[in-house]
Amino acid sequence: MSLLSVRELAAFYGDFQALFGITLRIDAGETVAVIGSNGAGKTTFLKAIAGLLPVHSEAVRFAEQPVGGRPAHELVALGIVMVPEGRRIFPSLSVEENLKVGAYGKRRGPWSLRRVYDLFPILAERADQPGTTLSGGEQQMLAIGRALMANPRLLLFDEISLGLAPVMVRNIYHAMSAIISGGTTALVVEQDVSQVLQVADRVYCFRKGRVSLEGRPADLSREQISAAYFGV
Amino acid sequence: MAVIDPIVQGILLGGLYALFATGLSMIFGVMRLVNLAHGDLSILAAFLALVTVRVTGLNPLLSLALVVPAMFCLGFLLQRGVLNFTLGRGVLPPVLATFGFSIIIQNLLLEAFSADSQRLNPGGIETASIALGDRLAIGWFPLITFVVAVLVLVGLQIFVSRTSLGRAFRATSDDQDAAELMGINNRSLYGLAMAISLGIVAVAGVFLGIRTTFVPSSGPDRLLFAFEAVIIGGLGSLWGTLAGGVILGVAQTIGAKLSPGWGVLTGHLVFLAVLLWRPTGLFAGAMKRSR
Repeated sequence: MSLLSVRELAAFYGDFQALFGITLRIDAGETVAVIGSNGAGKTTFLKAIAGLLPVHSEAVRFAEQPVGGRPAHELVALGIVMVPEGRRIFPSLSVEENLKVGAYGKRRGPWSLRRVYDLFPILAERADQPGTTLSGGEQQMLAIGRALMANPRLLLFDEISLGLAPVMVRNIYHAMSAIISGGTTALVVEQDVSQVLQVADRVYCFRKGRVSLEGRPADLSREQISAAYFGV
Repeated sequence: MAVIDPIVQGILLGGLYALFATGLSMIFGVMRLVNLAHGDLSILAAFLALVTVRVTGLNPLLSLALVVPAMFCLGFLLQRGVLNFTLGRGVLPPVLATFGFSIIIQNLLLEAFSADSQRLNPGGIETASIALGDRLAIGWFPLITFVVAVLVLVGLQIFVSRTSLGRAFRATSDDQDAAELMGINNRSLYGLAMAISLGIVAVAGVFLGIRTTFVPSSGPDRLLFAFEAVIIGGLGSLWGTLAGGVILGVAQTIGAKLSPGWGVLTGHLVFLAVLLWRPTGLFAGAMKRSR
């Protein structure tokens, strides 16, 4: 059964159409990657699912319910939680307060402050520091931990490797594998293909607001992916 | 003693200004809304107290038990019913809407109560004082005002720094979209923020009505002093707001001591000096740093 099913999703910024009929599904427990170059519509797609863009209500169904266009805070209550691009740590809150804000909706589930600290021990060490004094990689851990505090059923990762050192990217993906193996369904959006293909069960490639390729990473050749990615 | 007296009186007056300024500063911090009706809403609260006193015979200080909840509810309705719809479309719509409310409130009060000056009479406490030496006396009422201002600020500080809702206030103030993504319903939070703001300014309005006379058009002056206190203290800093109120109060009382007509002018001059010297205010961001 699909946890998330997206059908013929169109999204606009004013008069500009960014997505042209995206169809995609994610089954419970699956990890799905969306790849594509800059401007392919990946972030727009995540915003539409997370409730930051107005879309048709039937275009997005979550756990068999139409949820398209509902405000982000209602979707968080249903269990759709996003780790936003650029991390978006709250600067006037400490590390621990940032995590606690993640638990604002009091959704029940396996994640707690203690479990997030077990996953990212560095956050426990820095608990009382302002969130934005952390390094980029640590802030990314904080952003992931903050999203986990909401006990997501579907976790959306937006460009989590952007601007991080390669060693930190590996750390983050290592943590992501741990989260996924705990049973959380994940949608991972990335420009950097190499890491994400190792964790994803299935992958969709976007180009110019449309799905240009979909399949299992093992079934796709490098040539197929680069053709779908660059359109050459 | 000639110097100490206006300073002490000014500090106490600063407590009243801080009560006016706190809500204004908080609303700007949480939702980037400049509430131009803030002063008029405080005067509305003073008139509500006047009506409560006339109808029930209560002491105006006790009337706060009715006026504060009433203004709290009004703030919630105003935000959820009108002001939320003006947000997110640039700076102008909320400014125009609150300016409109300012005019509406003034004229409704004028229609209902005429332009006569009014006063709230708490039965003697407004003139009672404690003598400190031969030439210095502190009025009971200004002292109470100051203490209440400090208590309100302490309460607000605890609310903002210790509670889940307070964290949500700060998160929304930092980054509205990210807060929404954490499950915070910004619009309902704004309703609560405006309710708290008007609850506090209701206290300020009633205290003003006890301290001095007021007319339906008294609001804009109050708004101006509140702005000055906020800007002297620095946006986003609760204790800066108190300091800003105190600096403004001391400037006004010293000015008035030099010549009776100079009080307000001296306050404005000090405000302008701070604006030139430190445009971000003296304690900007202190709340963020101290947390």
